Amino acid sequence: MMSDLIATLSPEEVSEIEHEIGLVPRRDGAAIDALLIVQKHRGWVSDESLKAIAGLLEMSAEELEGIATFYNLVFRKPVGDKVILLCDSVSCWLRGYEDVKARISKHLGIEYGETTADGRYTLLPVPCLGACDRAPVMMVGDELHTHLDESDLEMLDAKEVAL
Amino acid sequence: MTDRPLTQNIRSDGSPTFLERYEANGGYAGVRKALADMTPESCLEEVKNAGLRGRGGAGFPTGMKWSFVPMGEKAGPGHKYLIANADEMEPGTFKDRLILEQDPHQLLEGMIASAFTIQADIAYIFLRGEYVLAAERLNQAIRECYEAGYLGKNILGSGYSLELRLHKSAGRYICGEETALINALEGKRANPRPKPPFPQVAGLWGRPTIVNNVETLCNVTHIISRGSDWYKTLGRGEDNGTKLFGASGNVKNPGVWELPMGTPIREILEEHAGGMRDGYQLRGFLPGGGSTDFLTEQHLDLAMDYDVIGKAGSRMGTGTMIILDDRNCPLGMVRNLSQFFGHESCGFCTPCRDGIPWIVQLLDQFEQGEATHEDIALLEEKAAFIGGIGNTHCALAPGAMEPVNSALKYFREDFERHVTEGGCTYHRAGGRH
Repeated sequence: MMSDLIATLSPEEVSEIEHEIGLVPRRDGAAIDALLIVQKHRGWVSDESLKAIAGLLEMSAEELEGIATFYNLVFRKPVGDKVILLCDSVSCWLRGYEDVKARISKHLGIEYGETTADGRYTLLPVPCLGACDRAPVMMVGDELHTHLDESDLEMLDAKEVAL
Repeated sequence: MTDRPLTQNIRSDGSPTFLERYEANGGYAGVRKALADMTPESCLEEVKNAGLRGRGGAGFPTGMKWSFVPMGEKAGPGHKYLIANADEMEPGTFKDRLILEQDPHQLLEGMIASAFTIQADIAYIFLRGEYVLAAERLNQAIRECYEAGYLGKNILGSGYSLELRLHKSAGRYICGEETALINALEGKRANPRPKPPFPQVAGLWGRPTIVNNVETLCNVTHIISRGSDWYKTLGRGEDNGTKLFGASGNVKNPGVWELPMGTPIREILEEHAGGMRDGYQLRGFLPGGGSTDFLTEQHLDLAMDYDVIGKAGSRMGTGTMIILDDRNCPLGMVRNLSQFFGHESCGFCTPCRDGIPWIVQLLDQFEQGEATHEDIALLEEKAAFIGGIGNTHCALAPGAMEPVNSALKYFREDFERHVTEGGCTYHRAGGRH
């Protein structure tokens, strides 16, 4: 039964996870890397994937769930094509991130934790992004966007066209 | 011309320095010197003599930290580890990003020299997941090092071997705490571990481990290549070397600059940050990230040295200052910080897990005009307890309470006014609250 579960992972995922397991003294030591590998391929980590990874790592699904839900960059619900990580920490607060948040929410019709109806964007808050000299800032997918002002909305529109 | 070793390869256009340019500018001289002419003992002496203190916030003497690592047969069988803490998540801190993105070899060279000193055979860079560009550039630099023989087996024919891996984190501020970081590297939840045992003796996988901040390790690069006597000439005050200082908030020219240790705060704020933006007045500042106590105008002539800032009742922390202006409510700023720390608590200790959200609730009552004068005393009492050393397992809660306690001290009239005027008045003036 466990092998059936593990079979739900792709050969590529299994091979990448086995590589990480080879670098640590215990199979469950690769837990976080394994979650991120599956997320890289599927966008998020489903219950089925979580159980399969736990089987591969020879640990309980419950323990792996405790790890998965601890880390804010492991997504346990489906997310959009791109995740918007809006910095809500102190320097961005001083420079008005709350206005940016209001504009994005109104423009895309989503609050924190929600995904647009067309599945393109998920909006999440993120702790200080380490670009405080260029505040307010956010990440859209892998890209950092700085000095956000009204044009942040045009940027999101442009991306929608380009996708 | 003053020496600026940490930023000598940083270019104004932001383009990265890879191996060819790094070596042409004198890079890897420190590693060559350490492996050919020095011993682990003489490297340790050099770092101790330099008086280098940790640049991640705590300011602990680096040489002393390393001296607790068991050497030779005392270490027993198995690996020893060196870890670069590149999990830059302290609110208002943006200094390590500069080096990670633009001069990755400076970090790698410092890591090789440091790992040689403690005779570690495996090194990790623990990088926050959002630093995507840094990850790309570090990966390229690591590949270049393996190809050039600076990493791998028998480095430069010295007989010393080191494997170096990049670990991309899955998030959470608490991973910056060194024992929490070690748990994250072991694939676990990042709850801090009790100390002792200290990581120097029993760290990653129970083996001797050193965790140092990125900027600390970059300092080692230059201490080894140019010597501790040269290094000691760089500071202006009590502490040695240079530091990446920064300023953010409503200043004219926010940024990060390499300046001598002991540079006066006023000089950083006025000459480098360009003073306040037009229409904004200085109210106060956190000298080194979100978990440091507020200082105010009366402290502007203090030198940015660990003990000078410590004596003034705050901490130099990461050296990146967050500036509060007169148009933003001090309570609002403290609420934002408390919300951050409450959210980032690992949840292990009750005062931290439940206490910090309570502080946020209390601050909300002030904001909404529901607080009384007694609530000021309550806030004070709770903040003192949550921040009390020994009441929690690690330093997150004490750090979280530093801005709260110091705001109560310096901005007391704002707390009083929220009570007497029935809420926050800043938004009526178009400010944030």
